[in-house]
Amino acid sequence: MSDAVTFNAMAGLLAIPAVAAVLLALLPGYRLTARLNVLATALTLVCALSLFFRRPAPGPYLLVDDLNSTFVVLTTFVGFTTALFSASYIGHELETGRLTPPFVRFYHAMYQLLMFAMNLALIANNIGLMWVAIELATLTTVLMVGIYRTHEALEAAWKYFILGSVGIALALFGTILVYMAARPVVGEGLDAMVWTVLVTRSREFDPALLDLAFVFLLLGYGTKVGLAPLHAWLPDAHAEGPTPISAVLSGLLLNVALYALLRFKMLLAANPAALAPGPLMVTLGLLSLVFAAFMLYRRRDIKRMFAYSSIEHMGIITFAFGMGGPLANFAGLLHMTMHSLTKSAIFFAVGHVAQVKGTQRIADMGGLTETHPVLGWGLILGVVAIAGLPPLGIFMSEFLVVSSTFARAPLLALVLVFGLLVALAALFLRLNSIAFGEPRGPNGKTDASYVPMFAHLALVLMAGIYLPPALVAWFENVAKLLG
Amino acid sequence: MHGIEFDIAHLLAGSLVLVSFLELYQDRLYALLNVYALHALVLAASVAWQAFVQDAPHLYITAAIALVFKAIVIPVALHRMIVRLGIHREIEKAIGVGPVMLTGIGLVALSMVVMLRVTQEADPLAREDLAFALSVILLGLLMMVTRRNAVSQVVGFMSLENGLVLAATGAKGMPLVVEISVAFSVLIAFIVIGIFLFRIRERFDTVDVQALDRFRGERR
Repeated sequence: MSDAVTFNAMAGLLAIPAVAAVLLALLPGYRLTARLNVLATALTLVCALSLFFRRPAPGPYLLVDDLNSTFVVLTTFVGFTTALFSASYIGHELETGRLTPPFVRFYHAMYQLLMFAMNLALIANNIGLMWVAIELATLTTVLMVGIYRTHEALEAAWKYFILGSVGIALALFGTILVYMAARPVVGEGLDAMVWTVLVTRSREFDPALLDLAFVFLLLGYGTKVGLAPLHAWLPDAHAEGPTPISAVLSGLLLNVALYALLRFKMLLAANPAALAPGPLMVTLGLLSLVFAAFMLYRRRDIKRMFAYSSIEHMGIITFAFGMGGPLANFAGLLHMTMHSLTKSAIFFAVGHVAQVKGTQRIADMGGLTETHPVLGWGLILGVVAIAGLPPLGIFMSEFLVVSSTFARAPLLALVLVFGLLVALAALFLRLNSIAFGEPRGPNGKTDASYVPMFAHLALVLMAGIYLPPALVAWFENVAKLLG
Repeated sequence: MHGIEFDIAHLLAGSLVLVSFLELYQDRLYALLNVYALHALVLAASVAWQAFVQDAPHLYITAAIALVFKAIVIPVALHRMIVRLGIHREIEKAIGVGPVMLTGIGLVALSMVVMLRVTQEADPLAREDLAFALSVILLGLLMMVTRRNAVSQVVGFMSLENGLVLAATGAKGMPLVVEISVAFSVLIAFIVIGIFLFRIRERFDTVDVQALDRFRGERR
């Protein structure tokens, strides 16, 4: 009986979004479908939470362990709050005529399909299946980025599609190479693609093949993470798609790609003769951080600016995981969680700001705290959080990243701090002109729902002041798993 | 292993690299699509041969997909599409034939050096297959970066996928799920691309990606 319950929780993670996608594609009426969308994500979240209590044994295709249940809960939670935000955002888009009912139907179906793909990628135990899921997630987001059918949206979608496909193709080649490395040891067939089998036998694999595989996987999935030389798709996709999609792209999909990378990193770490994946990730992470920090200065589009801030933070997270060890991994996990919550909260605010101002141009916004106090102060709180100021959660996690790096590699820590400061200055420079001063630009009325935004920010604030010991113990445990 | 079986597999995989080179210098869309059909045909033969050699009947499905879908359906559909769009003229290239071919040769040499050195302990068939597959993938990438036309970029992407299928079938006993998924992804990719091509045409009156580049970067 209990087996049936645990199995259902895992099946629910996949079945609920899949069924909801079909239903939402068929059902007419915006109010009904928006509610159904929220309901489906809420049910998925319940399934995800139940994984903390009961957990099915890993099979050849699916696996739930401490590492991915953390990711799954984060994904389904942000998925749920974004669905709440999306309900009011899409309602406004319908009113202004930027989206028509058929497109809204399509949008909701794609949203659920994206949730399905991300959950599948996270709980896949088979590296082939994981690849398929990430490809599916890419395709659904491509379709959503292009949904406005404007010049810029199509350009962004095309660029994202081409770069994403090339990334995903390189990742598949890496996956094939991992199979080639495993085959002489594990034997032919399904077992040689099952992650739990691979990780126990990886010390016997041919190290040269594993090295090569990791390079391809890093380039491939690294494109999806948005690491610096491979990031070109990211700002466009964030700026031109609907804002709820920017929120899930930044907050969730980048994490999912990073999760795939972490799984393969664990595989390499188990083989002493293989190259250490750490330095590669550290280099790419720092490069992304410093590059994105400087790029923040000349942004004219508000969503594009926060897209670059996502590159910056993915750089920090990749850097932390690349450093490795219990403390840096802990910091990386915490930073990832905080970044997901904060960045999606910021995009919730930015979505409404862009709607009331009727534009995304920073030059056309100003004095937001006077015209729309709640929205303005919400945005300020979000930016204070994302810039890493105390007492919010990101300050905690960045402090941990920096202090653990100072102990081991002081020179790298200097670069890290430099990047963080440059980004902080850039963010406040822009924030100043958006939030304060003379009110500029048109002033639409707000019918926004502030609950998701402030819920996220409250969580981030709470994490900055007091981390519950249970959560700390949980993260410590996962950090140990990551090696 | 070093018998006629090996030689034929080698020949077919090598031909695929050769056809990739043929694709590189085609400057007419019609000719490019024909060469792509040939590319898919060689892939189908190669996969079928692998199915026979490895005694893996499920690979025949992959071969059939390559034959029917990639060698016939897609080229025909793209043919019709470019006629309807009225763009069956010359292709613009970002750089000339000479440098592209030389770069291609360099990429093939690179993939040989990398793969053959790394996979010394793998069995020779899989090893050479992987080296050829990587060459095809890199040549596909090269084609994508040297072309400006959306259709020829798509062809570059599809030949890249052919290289992936070659690699997947060369890895003996790799579970079916991957081959199907690769074929499936090509299908989805094609639909997506199809939609985009029409949309691009609707908006810009051209499928030259250069026209998209005008909107690159920041809006002012």
